[in-house]
Amino acid sequence: MEDHHDNHVTSYAQNFKILFVLLLLTISTILIIKLDLGPYTVAMALFLASVKTTIVLTYFMHLKGEKLILRLMVGGVFLLFAIIVIITFIDYYFRII
Amino acid sequence: MSTPEHTEHSEHSEYIDVETGKMGMWLFLFTELFLFGGLFIVYAVMRARYGEDFHHAALELNAFIGATNTVVLLVSSMTVAMSLTAIQKSQKNLAVGLIFCTLLLAGVFMINKYFEYGHKFSLHLYPGSDVMRNLPKGEIMFFGLYFLMTGLHLFHVVVGGILLTIVMLRVKSGKINKEHFLLHENGALYWHLVDLIWIFLFPLLYLIT
Repeated sequence: MEDHHDNHVTSYAQNFKILFVLLLLTISTILIIKLDLGPYTVAMALFLASVKTTIVLTYFMHLKGEKLILRLMVGGVFLLFAIIVIITFIDYYFRII
Repeated sequence: MSTPEHTEHSEHSEYIDVETGKMGMWLFLFTELFLFGGLFIVYAVMRARYGEDFHHAALELNAFIGATNTVVLLVSSMTVAMSLTAIQKSQKNLAVGLIFCTLLLAGVFMINKYFEYGHKFSLHLYPGSDVMRNLPKGEIMFFGLYFLMTGLHLFHVVVGGILLTIVMLRVKSGKINKEHFLLHENGALYWHLVDLIWIFLFPLLYLIT
């Protein structure tokens, strides 16, 4: 009954490693924006933020050890949000005023 | 779902379904995602429309304070994740200490925000001020979104702080222990959400100028 809890205890060292990766990604975000890749800057910043989000969801929020249904729900919600963003921008760019 | 677990420690029997309790928390987090997601879409469309104004207005923000707060929140996310490890290993005092660290970091975040907002107010840059009313349309939009999004986020930091204080007290009293830590897990999930939102707010508001 309780064993599903003990299955995925993240060790302290692992937590620390994850923080280290997240900090590295934050520094990369700042550097990439300072470098200024022109039109790709925003895309790169958002991409790095998404990578960080995935890491936080997987390890800090323990989705890795969760049941498949919960992982599918989280994936589905992010997919839904992406679709809403895309539809909004299709509307914005192709609207004839 | 898993079998409801029966608490033998409390005087009156009580059923706690851990899996469902956690799923409920996730459903709530989804609504939070759309709350902020809606604002991100407004930001994206307005940025597409008033690119120049957004560029000028964003220069006004202090990227150093923003970066400091990013680090503060990432570290606090780790300490709260570690406190969950500690409770699962029955290291009660360590768990309390780690949650306390998280609360301290939340305090540092709020102090930084106090100085940041204070600086904006001293420049009369706040919604409704005369200075702001005379700015170009896009800049008004940027500062409006800046105050709304960081303010709503700050509110979440306060709520998360209160929630984690309750968790800390319950860990101390032994109500949250190796067998029963659903509230601790859900409190940590909420705190990570606060961190996740900031991961997007920081580059979009402070960095991309």
